[in-house]
Amino acid sequence: MKSCLLVDDSRVIRKVARQIFEALDFACEEAENGQMALEACQKAMPDVILLDWNMPVMDGMEFLRALRKMANGGESVVVFCTTENDMKHIQDAMANGANEYIMKPFDADIVRSKLIQLGIVEG
Amino acid sequence: MKPEDFDLFSSLVKQRSGLVLSKDKSYLLESRLIPVARKYNLKTLEELAQLVRTKRDEAILHAITEAMTTNESFFFRDTKPFDQFKKLLLPELLRTRAAKKQFRIWSSASSSGQEAYSLAMICAEEAAKLQGWKIDILGTDISTEMVERAKSGIYSQFEVQRGLPIALLMKCFSQIGTDKWQLKEELRRMVQYREGNLLTDFGPIGVFDVIYCRNVLIYFDQPTKTRVLEAMSHVLAPDGVLFLGGAETVLGISDKFKPLENERGVYVLANRPDTGMLPKGRGTGVAPPVGSSVFTGTSSSASISA
Ligand SMILES: C[S@@+](CC[C@H](N)C(=O)[O-])C[C@H]1O[C@@H](n2cnc3c(N)ncnc32)[C@H](O)[C@@H]1O
Repeated sequence: MKSCLLVDDSRVIRKVARQIFEALDFACEEAENGQMALEACQKAMPDVILLDWNMPVMDGMEFLRALRKMANGGESVVVFCTTENDMKHIQDAMANGANEYIMKPFDADIVRSKLIQLGIVEG
Repeated sequence: MKPEDFDLFSSLVKQRSGLVLSKDKSYLLESRLIPVARKYNLKTLEELAQLVRTKRDEAILHAITEAMTTNESFFFRDTKPFDQFKKLLLPELLRTRAAKKQFRIWSSASSSGQEAYSLAMICAEEAAKLQGWKIDILGTDISTEMVERAKSGIYSQFEVQRGLPIALLMKCFSQIGTDKWQLKEELRRMVQYREGNLLTDFGPIGVFDVIYCRNVLIYFDQPTKTRVLEAMSHVLAPDGVLFLGGAETVLGISDKFKPLENERGVYVLANRPDTGMLPKGRGTGVAPPVGSSVFTGTSSSASISA
């Protein structure tokens, strides 16, 4: 079973995302900010990380930079999932090592189609 | 709705577009046609039916037909048909059309344009290999509104996320306003869209090397499917390739086409020459296990026992 870490300060979003990922057969962990996400990654590196941008304590971009510096931090596929929906943010995210980018609001179709393209889920 | 009105509308739509509306779709007919009635300042569908009976106004008949179409589409829908185009077909087109340096693709129920534009994006990505080539991509649809949307190349934030990798969004689109995205002009210019009806408009269209006819035959009854596939067989190059949707097949419907071995959703002419694109055994797919029955015959009368 593949694992994913859902990082978002909104419990509602984490719940929605969990339903989507569980339906795709992922084992899900949750974190409510970048700091907690890093701690989770130190314990066990997930296959996929769904990452919000704006969060208290440590935001998504700071988390991503820190993650990619970890010894095995290149192993996870990072999918940003944020209300930031302008080209500048998208380019920044990709330049800093994100693998995909979802603009909120999102639904199961969007998540699934992105995971298919990434080769993580079968079409 | 009165049964005679339902019959009037459904036979009109069937005759003009091929769409079959069973009796249980009466709610759908109502919800889609009420806005049409409003547009013509009519209060009820009864009045609309009356107008259709008394005055066979082309604009109204078209509006009714158009309102009944289902236009859902995604970029790179189902992934596979576009992978197959890129990895399997494009190299073959490059090889077999090297003398003419030209090929033509038809997205035959193009809806809001995602299918044809996905193919344009693939060709643009392979631009280095296609230097000096002339590539025609034509998108046709019965819906005036969809053809206009396709031409505009403007999509909502939702639409550009369904099936479109972020890398292609960054490369091929510009953002307009806060939540709309427009395909760049150089890509829009690669595709021509126009209105076209699969039941009637085959005459002046020319011959295509690749035809996508996806997620439209499902709405037709068997005789209509047979008729459309027959017409397609006349506008497909002898070694050309036809893509159908995931829930569509030629099996038991048309003997003009046969499935391409090992490549789901891909069809070739039943009487195709042995040379040309993708001759037998050139598929990239995994060979089926011994003993499984796949179509290997070359004559159009060969039977399938899958
Ligand atoms: C579900 S969409 C499929 C779009 C695209 N091919 C895809 O697979 O995503 C079906 C389209 O077929 C069009 N259509 C229905 N009947 C047609 C006909 N007789 N001739 C041409 N287009 C037709 C509809 O207007 C609609 O846009």
